[in-house]
Amino acid sequence: MQKLGKFILFMGTLFTRRENFGTYVKLTIDECIKVGYNSLFIVTIVSVFMGAVVTVQTAYNLVSPFIPDYVISLVVRDMTVLELSPTIIAIVYAGKVGSNIAGELGTMRITEQIDALEVMGINASSYLVLPKIIASMIMYPMLVVLSAFLCMYGGYLTSLATGIISGYDYIYGIRYEFIEFNVSFALIKAFVFSFLVASISAYKGFFTSGGALEVGQASTAAVTNSCIAILLADYLLAQLLLA
Amino acid sequence: MIEAVNIEKSFDGKEVLKGISATFEKGKTNLIIGSSGTGKSVLLKNIVGLVHPDEGYVLYDGRDFTNGDKQLQTQIRREIGMLFQGSALFDSKNVEENVMFPMDVLTDTPFEEKLERVNFCLERVGLENVNSKMPSEISGGMKKRVGIARAIVNNPNYLFCDEPNSGLDPQTSITIDELIAEITHEYNITTVVVTHDMNSVIEIGQKVIFLYQGNKLWEGSNENITQSEVKELNDFVFANRMMKLIK
Ligand SMILES: Nc1ncnc2c1ncn2[C@@H]1O[C@H](COP(=O)(O)OP(=O)(O)O)[C@@H](O)[C@H]1O
Ligand SMILES: [Mg+2]
Repeated sequence: MQKLGKFILFMGTLFTRRENFGTYVKLTIDECIKVGYNSLFIVTIVSVFMGAVVTVQTAYNLVSPFIPDYVISLVVRDMTVLELSPTIIAIVYAGKVGSNIAGELGTMRITEQIDALEVMGINASSYLVLPKIIASMIMYPMLVVLSAFLCMYGGYLTSLATGIISGYDYIYGIRYEFIEFNVSFALIKAFVFSFLVASISAYKGFFTSGGALEVGQASTAAVTNSCIAILLADYLLAQLLLA
Repeated sequence: MIEAVNIEKSFDGKEVLKGISATFEKGKTNLIIGSSGTGKSVLLKNIVGLVHPDEGYVLYDGRDFTNGDKQLQTQIRREIGMLFQGSALFDSKNVEENVMFPMDVLTDTPFEEKLERVNFCLERVGLENVNSKMPSEISGGMKKRVGIARAIVNNPNYLFCDEPNSGLDPQTSITIDELIAEITHEYNITTVVVTHDMNSVIEIGQKVIFLYQGNKLWEGSNENITQSEVKELNDFVFANRMMKLIK
């Protein structure tokens, strides 16, 4: 509870005593590259394989003459959009970006780079953290959209390669009774998760004290705490928006 | 001149500074000495405003930095340069960007002028042709020099150095000490150096303040430090054999 209070106070400091707007734009663009572009590879790999696996497993579970083939891809599509892309990729994202943010800020703290900024009168939390959070909230939803596409494409490739269902049925299923709200839901989740990952990791890194060992611990804590927060938020959002 | 008045600071109920008053004189190298863990860095952080004292205040040429309004604090910050123990260069910026950074954030100087000033400062600390090197590519001694260049780039009135020669070999330590002293005299800066190195005390200790477990036990200069009656100071000064032999 005390930690939560400290976290909220920390979020408050992000919006006080800011630098000029141009500085933030530049910093945010730099962060976008770090957060988004550098995550493309891992997101691509994970998404394509996830789509492939889900397609195979769904087909395996739906062996019944009464269920038409296109239901397989329909299930793949709904799982991808509702859960796999926003949530599973968020866990991957926490491992990649969260640990990176915490490690970077933790190192800056113990090597007194943060003190150096503050001596110059810069609000270090706002200067270092705000661009990361904004960049995360810009880039992660894009990664989710990309991931959803790749996931379904991975499934398509698998069905072509293995012949579980025909390409025609696969596409038919993907389009069948498509609920647009699901995409909005996925994007809402993406915004929330990206905020959680960036802010929790920044908080863990920013308040590191000690040495290299503690930086490592801060990185680990950033990932575990982000994952827990993601899963909690996932449940709450599902209750709130789908129930 | 900087005056620290009755500075007290505790962390989690542990008293680190127990009411320290000291003045640091203009145009001189003022040293804060004492063994590790006595609160030297904490005192320095209180003086530059990285830590807010529980009691007491700090005057910069009569201006109350601790209780002053934002505008005054910003003004004083512009006049402060600081060299950190591990140099604290920004990893993601090269040497030139590091040195230029304080001008980027605190002034509206056009780029050409900034570059000129950066090159002047780098030259002043004895570095040339390193502008595009990253901090990870240069030696510890060079990092300290870059740190000094960054600290003086805005023409500070006050220069603070936390253990400027920690992690350096004895010879490089002396050149860094000398550089700090030269800059202090050349630009008539109020310089405060935290150190536990007796070599520095002898070389550049124009004014020396001795801390022991959060108290100031002695003040003087390198000229009379060997003649003090304070037992803790003598233990510190004559810790190594060479000093004992000299005595
Ligand atoms: N931010 C902090 N929180 C808690 N304790 C601190 C903090 N900074 C320093 N201390 C404690 O204050 C004491 C003095 O530290 P310091 O001023 O760094 O010593 P030194 O004289 O070696 O520079 C140490 O015991 C240290 O553990
Ligand atoms: Mg220290």
